Amino acid sequence: MIQPALFFSGILFAIGVVGVLTRRNALILFMCVELMLNAVNLTFVALSTMHGVTGQVFVVFVMTVAAAEAAVGLAIVISVFRHFKTVDLKAVSVLRG
Amino acid sequence: MPVDYPLLYSFHFYLFGVIAVGSALLFVTRKSPVAAALWLVNVMFCLAALYVMMDAHFIGAIQVLVYTGAIMVVFLFVIMLLNLGHADGPADFRSPSTRMAAAVVGLALAGETLALLAAPMPRLPVVEVPENVVSPVARALFTDYLLAFEITSVLLLVAIIGAVTLAKRGVKA
Repeated sequence: MIQPALFFSGILFAIGVVGVLTRRNALILFMCVELMLNAVNLTFVALSTMHGVTGQVFVVFVMTVAAAEAAVGLAIVISVFRHFKTVDLKAVSVLRG
Repeated sequence: MPVDYPLLYSFHFYLFGVIAVGSALLFVTRKSPVAAALWLVNVMFCLAALYVMMDAHFIGAIQVLVYTGAIMVVFLFVIMLLNLGHADGPADFRSPSTRMAAAVVGLALAGETLALLAAPMPRLPVVEVPENVVSPVARALFTDYLLAFEITSVLLLVAIIGAVTLAKRGVKA
């Protein structure tokens, strides 16, 4: 079942990329990044059935980094909301050239 | 495929995969952040089921506990805290031209996946899964990857301090 798992993983990753590119809500953007991380985890687990448990160890690390990223990212979102009174990324354009 | 799987197994594998992809599509198209988050929870549950079906029971349990139970609850917590739950605001999709470009990128990625799957896979021997599926993960985690494991604890500490500092900044005590 490696090939279908890799197929679903690729499709989920593509959906995550499309979400990041199409949405402007910072929270939904973050969730799309989580979806992409999940797709990569699926690849790790699928290949771990071939190559041993190392893939599963890396999934644990990816989840830890995802948790840290979510905590810091959501704190930044809260800061942005306090400053701009919105999480729409169109409003956050101070650095735009 | 190196091993023949029973029909029921294949059916459930494809079922959970299709539910995951469908939920992901609904997730990126929902306007309300709460609805989107709940569809993402559905995706993560289906992925946990796929992990269990691929004999990664520990990862499946961690997926439900950490991702579905902790990370998504934090997301929902922030959505509720900032009072962003209603969908009646203006749509947050980007302009049609950007959406077209995003569709092209997404289709290219999906096409790449299909092209890669059409190529023959190397026939590696399938690793025999031992009876106890948790202890091999633990052994690798606490011997070969012990340093990385310890460094993640530092990462989590930094993330906690950073999150608290960022969230407290600007609040007059």
